[in-house]
Amino acid sequence: MHDVVQGAGDSPWVALAYLVAGVLFILSLRGLSSPATSRRGNRLGMIGMALAVVTTLLTHVPMRSEAFPPGNPHDLLVDWTALLEILAAIGLGAAIGLTVARRIAMTAMPQLVAAFHSLVGLAAVLVGIAAYLNPAAFGIADVVTPLIGQPFASIHPASRIEMALGVAIGAITFSGSVIAFLKLNGNMGGKPLLLPGRHVLNLGTLAAVVLLVGWFYASQAPWAFWAIAALAFAVGFLLILPIGGADMPVVVSMLNSYSGWAAAAMGFTLGNSAMIITGALVGASGAILSYIMCRAMNRSFLSVIAGGFGAADAGGGGSAAIDRPWQRGSAEDAAFLLKQAEQVVIVPGYGMAVAQAQHSLREMADKLKEEGVRVKYAIHPVAGRMPGHMNVLLAEANVPYDDVFELEDVNGDFAQTDVAFVIGANDVTNPAAKTDKSSPIYGMPILEVERARSVLFVKRSMGGAGYAGVDNELFYRDNTSMLLADAKKMVDEIVKAL
Amino acid sequence: MTFVSIFSVFVLACFVGYYVVWSVTPALHTPLMAVTNAVSSVIVVGALVAAAAAGSTGSKWLGLAAVVLASVNIFGGFAVTQRMLAMYRKKEPRPGTGAGTIGGGGK
Repeated sequence: MHDVVQGAGDSPWVALAYLVAGVLFILSLRGLSSPATSRRGNRLGMIGMALAVVTTLLTHVPMRSEAFPPGNPHDLLVDWTALLEILAAIGLGAAIGLTVARRIAMTAMPQLVAAFHSLVGLAAVLVGIAAYLNPAAFGIADVVTPLIGQPFASIHPASRIEMALGVAIGAITFSGSVIAFLKLNGNMGGKPLLLPGRHVLNLGTLAAVVLLVGWFYASQAPWAFWAIAALAFAVGFLLILPIGGADMPVVVSMLNSYSGWAAAAMGFTLGNSAMIITGALVGASGAILSYIMCRAMNRSFLSVIAGGFGAADAGGGGSAAIDRPWQRGSAEDAAFLLKQAEQVVIVPGYGMAVAQAQHSLREMADKLKEEGVRVKYAIHPVAGRMPGHMNVLLAEANVPYDDVFELEDVNGDFAQTDVAFVIGANDVTNPAAKTDKSSPIYGMPILEVERARSVLFVKRSMGGAGYAGVDNELFYRDNTSMLLADAKKMVDEIVKAL
Repeated sequence: MTFVSIFSVFVLACFVGYYVVWSVTPALHTPLMAVTNAVSSVIVVGALVAAAAAGSTGSKWLGLAAVVLASVNIFGGFAVTQRMLAMYRKKEPRPGTGAGTIGGGGK
């Protein structure tokens, strides 16, 4: 009765090769513990991937059976057309991937990562559907010949759950990442889109997906499989639409995590250790990054997912404060102040990246160093649009990474700092986060620039509040000078004045 | 492999992932996301299995499409990670105090 069609991969060497690939992936992440070892880590990752791909290609050479001359027993021959098609597919993907990787601007990295996540998600969905259509090829089905009717492939019950979950998570990753991409890329407004009754709608759809997975497990009903895919796509859209731009770092990390779980689910389907190890690694990585981002904003993961943050009504005592007196500084004043300083801490925010001021900023720092000023950069975990984004932008501008400090390491230094130079950052310096319980950012860890002897704020205008829509009382302090201009222009002028 | 043995691999890998990722320096969190994205494209294994298998034309073409998508990710992900990591450099040793000039012009 049972005609088990096993894919290749029974040899212990094949399983070992996948295991080695998995270990190489672990080592590639491990390499990222310091910039010095990171490049080697990345190479190990590439080797691991090459090993996994080559092993799969060698154990799954496309074959066709042919009887020649007709009437003879069938021979199994290598199907060269199919093999060429596969190699062409890899080549096509490689060409696209390498071109994009070479051309992408570092400021656009969050969009790129979101786009890449969507591809992993979609690939998982396609593989899941392919496995459903041809379960024998994946070695997950027995051909059952009932007493009445046609023989059919009965997918192993455990595999049914795995592939249904893989498709569901993959679909959520895909559609969620597409929305995240559109928001990060500016094709869609950053404002959260709030549907009425969205919580009920989201939870209902999600519950329906879970029920359908259960039904598919019990019955292998085709309609349940397709319904899971369709509803999961909808869940992804519904989940990310209401989340505002300020929470995008969390979203991107979360989708990173999902893409990992999707790969892991497919790994279960194939019984492939490389995929399972990788899926677990990536899943853990994304989850930890989302946790770090949530902690950096003092928001719970659930409240981020519930969405709506940064909607119009977020202001805490915001609009009335516009009329308060503040001091306007000039580039010359700023240059003078900076030159006199013993220690300057630069606090860059996303505004700096938007104005492409990082190169000018590094030039300014170099000039100051020549004057004997100690210059440090202070980075808040959510300074960019994704975890670690600001570090990359500074690295691109040739800022040495040992000049760049994380929040916990630099906050103690502000008391001994003469000038805090805040450029394109706002919320992450707002003392209201420590004092004002009514503020939407209350409790968020901040860079304590208010402890510095004086603060220079480079900002486009006084009107625009930060991403969270909150006014910053630092603007109105006596020791604060506002440098209102395009960040790059202002820094260039300061460099000239130095 | 039996479900239990493969599940054991999964659970242990989750723990490994937990500790390895916490040891990643925050300065490299963006490269971390790029490289995890690249390695999660190991899903290409499933795509290749589907693309190479005879028996279902639909399954084969879906597999080929997935191979293209995953390859974009693999090559793009590793290449962009390499590009980012190449930019991280240490402070050059200063010959004297206050004479630190950072070499290598920006773009």
